[in-house]
Amino acid sequence: MARLNVNPTRMEMTRLKARLKTSTRGHKLLKDKQDELMRQFIGMIKENKDLREKVEDELKDAFADVLLARGVSPSEMLDEALAIPKGSIRLNISTRNLMSVNVPEMEFVHEKTTEDEEDIYPYGFMSTTSQLDDAVVKLSNILPNLLKLAEIEKACQLMADEIESTRRRVNALEYMTIPQLKETIAYIRMKLEENERSSITRLMKVKDMISKEE
Amino acid sequence: MISLYKVAAIGDKDSILAFRAVGIEVFTAYDHQAARSLVDRLAKEKYGLIFITEPIAHLIPETIRRYKSALLPAIILIPSNRGTLGIGMADINANVEKAVGSNIFANN
Repeated sequence: MARLNVNPTRMEMTRLKARLKTSTRGHKLLKDKQDELMRQFIGMIKENKDLREKVEDELKDAFADVLLARGVSPSEMLDEALAIPKGSIRLNISTRNLMSVNVPEMEFVHEKTTEDEEDIYPYGFMSTTSQLDDAVVKLSNILPNLLKLAEIEKACQLMADEIESTRRRVNALEYMTIPQLKETIAYIRMKLEENERSSITRLMKVKDMISKEE
Repeated sequence: MISLYKVAAIGDKDSILAFRAVGIEVFTAYDHQAARSLVDRLAKEKYGLIFITEPIAHLIPETIRRYKSALLPAIILIPSNRGTLGIGMADINANVEKAVGSNIFANN
């Protein structure tokens, strides 16, 4: 391990010792953060996986109905029926701090153009088929899960990034910074002791010479 | 502070037309250029959540990746009407691999 390029002085050693202390403390904190992030991530990613499987299945089902609806009625009719939605969906997004990772929290806000809560069909029943009704019902039933999936998946993406960078920082401290500091401190201490010994021997020599002359 | 974000779906017309019925704004795209500019435009325009079908997402991987580390918008892959391509699942596994170092769910 390379040692840092510094002058072997007592002052430098004090400085390095302070840095080592900070690094060790930082390493411990980051390590704790990484562990906790990982624990939460594992739980969430499992949920994410299950939810995605479920949503994909349900969507497949809904799409099959749409396909059927397209099959039994001309596509102009379908366009017309769906041209003007009953209302629109807005998201109320707030952020939540999960171990210093900001993850979005989403909440559906339905902006309906009609008063009737049950009325989800944006069309009259005259020219449309029941297959289309099925598809619309299924889709609106999937929506809450779809939103939950979006929320969890985004959180997982953000957390994965954070975990990766935290791990890098932990490793950099553990395998680079801290060993380097330790080695440099040891080097400076050796050098200082060496200097001390050489000055002692020099003094002894001088004393010897003086006493011989007398 | 309460601010409302819009929801969009991008994909081929057949797959996502029905989303319009439930109040999601629908945008159609068929090639990667249209899809990319659409995603960039929607991201600027206060869309907080963008659903994008897997075949379209497959065309613009860099663009999707760019928004992955941003807080908003959340870009979520959904299967198209031809079924899933497994890209969404693969993304989850990639996340696991990135975070843990190896895919611990590989066996199931």
